[in-house]
Amino acid sequence: MYVAVKGGERAIENAHRLLANARRGDQSVPEVTLDQISEQLGLAVDRVMSEGSLYDRELAALAIKQARGDLIEAIFLVRAFRATLPRFGASEPVDTGAMRVQRRVSSTFKDIPGGQILGPTFDYTHRLLDPTLAEGFVPEEPATGEASTAATPRVTDILGRDGLIESSPQAEEGASVGDLTREPLNFPADRDLRLQNLARGDEGFLLAMGYSTQRGYGRNHPFAGEIRFGEVEVEFFTEDVGFAVPLGAIELTECQMVNQFKGSATEAPCFTRGYGLAFGQSERKTMSMALVDRALRARELGEEVGAPAQDEEFVMSHSDNVQATGFVEHLKLPHYVDFQSELGLLRKLRQEFAEANTAEPMKEAAE
Amino acid sequence: MTQHNDQQAQRKAAMAVLAHAEAGEIAARLRILALPGHQDLREGESGLVMLRGRVGGDGAPFNLGEATVSRAAVRLASGEVGFGYTLGRDREKARLIALCDALAQSRDFGAAVERDVIAPLRQELLARRKQTAAQTAATKVDFYTMVRGEG
Repeated sequence: MYVAVKGGERAIENAHRLLANARRGDQSVPEVTLDQISEQLGLAVDRVMSEGSLYDRELAALAIKQARGDLIEAIFLVRAFRATLPRFGASEPVDTGAMRVQRRVSSTFKDIPGGQILGPTFDYTHRLLDPTLAEGFVPEEPATGEASTAATPRVTDILGRDGLIESSPQAEEGASVGDLTREPLNFPADRDLRLQNLARGDEGFLLAMGYSTQRGYGRNHPFAGEIRFGEVEVEFFTEDVGFAVPLGAIELTECQMVNQFKGSATEAPCFTRGYGLAFGQSERKTMSMALVDRALRARELGEEVGAPAQDEEFVMSHSDNVQATGFVEHLKLPHYVDFQSELGLLRKLRQEFAEANTAEPMKEAAE
Repeated sequence: MTQHNDQQAQRKAAMAVLAHAEAGEIAARLRILALPGHQDLREGESGLVMLRGRVGGDGAPFNLGEATVSRAAVRLASGEVGFGYTLGRDREKARLIALCDALAQSRDFGAAVERDVIAPLRQELLARRKQTAAQTAATKVDFYTMVRGEG
């Protein structure tokens, strides 16, 4: 534990003034605006919204600016802000099948209804630094094509029609939706709570956990059945209006992992699923989330549980970077009293050790 | 009852357009109308709505994360009450949506607000969506598989 100490007020105040100057940097360089962050560092904004668990581009951009680009600090700021607002309620579940798709790829089927749509992607770039971007770069106008009016059904829905993949678990009548921002986490946790935890979990942590399943720590043979990114409409039912009110649209990325089989004497074998969903264009995040979601279903699917990614208590207790950073970084706060007592104990042990070691030779000498 | 449902569907369709517009755009369109007397029934306020997804896209709901939402309610002098809800923290936009919703229910202003505010904003929204769809369509892949031994 740490104990509050007084006396640093002026140093703290001056340190924060210094921070404000360090944040601004060389004042002959123009100040970055929130629009610039939102428009030109859009994927950083998406990550802060996802892990800050608050969809608001402008606030996420402000948090990134205030945090000097430290995204975990920005996520912390966003989480703290959300605690200041009242909650009006919960939206109707969004329909990702009705997404206005801006990117949609499948690694399992070449010819999917609606087609493979690359959208704005880093895929197939050569990962060479581009010096023309350093200043004054004006991109070419985007190419345009004939937009199809055909629906873009989820790949898992297509597989589901033939019974080749398990269907999604449906809610029981009147069942409440778990919310880990309202009630403390208990284990075992249901899938709704697990997905909420993963959706706000640290991308790096989930990436490492997902990667570990591919390397053999809880292998589950994944295929990226589908990844889609685009806008979905949000509706909110409210008593005063009496119907589900449209609130506007949000950008989401969804990943459907298709994994190896389950089956039994009474059930024909079929593919199993892992699911990822996150705010903005967050492909690596949703792919990792889907791998970990599937790994965490090991017990439910009767698989041997042994790898870290299959241990829900381990995964869910360590996925949140705000909690993690709080506990790791609190070590730098004053622990003077704690340390004094440890120091006292250590001195006593060393004294006992010294006494024991000086007494021995004297005893020998006396013999 | 059907008339009630019709009006509800129309209000919802209008809200779906207004939620996508900027406050300034709505205000500019509203200036065309000679507005009747109205007052704030509930002043604009900002809060949170928990956004929900579904397991696997089509299964049981789960909580994905929250969004900022603003809301307001406006009453016309003639009694119609309108509600405004929108993503974001723009309380003025919520008030303007509420005003439009009240006008949409009014016998005297319903047609005018649809013609001068909602319809043009809908056109702009659809044009933006069409452009995005066309740019997206240009990135659609036409796969062809090479047979081994050829090429």
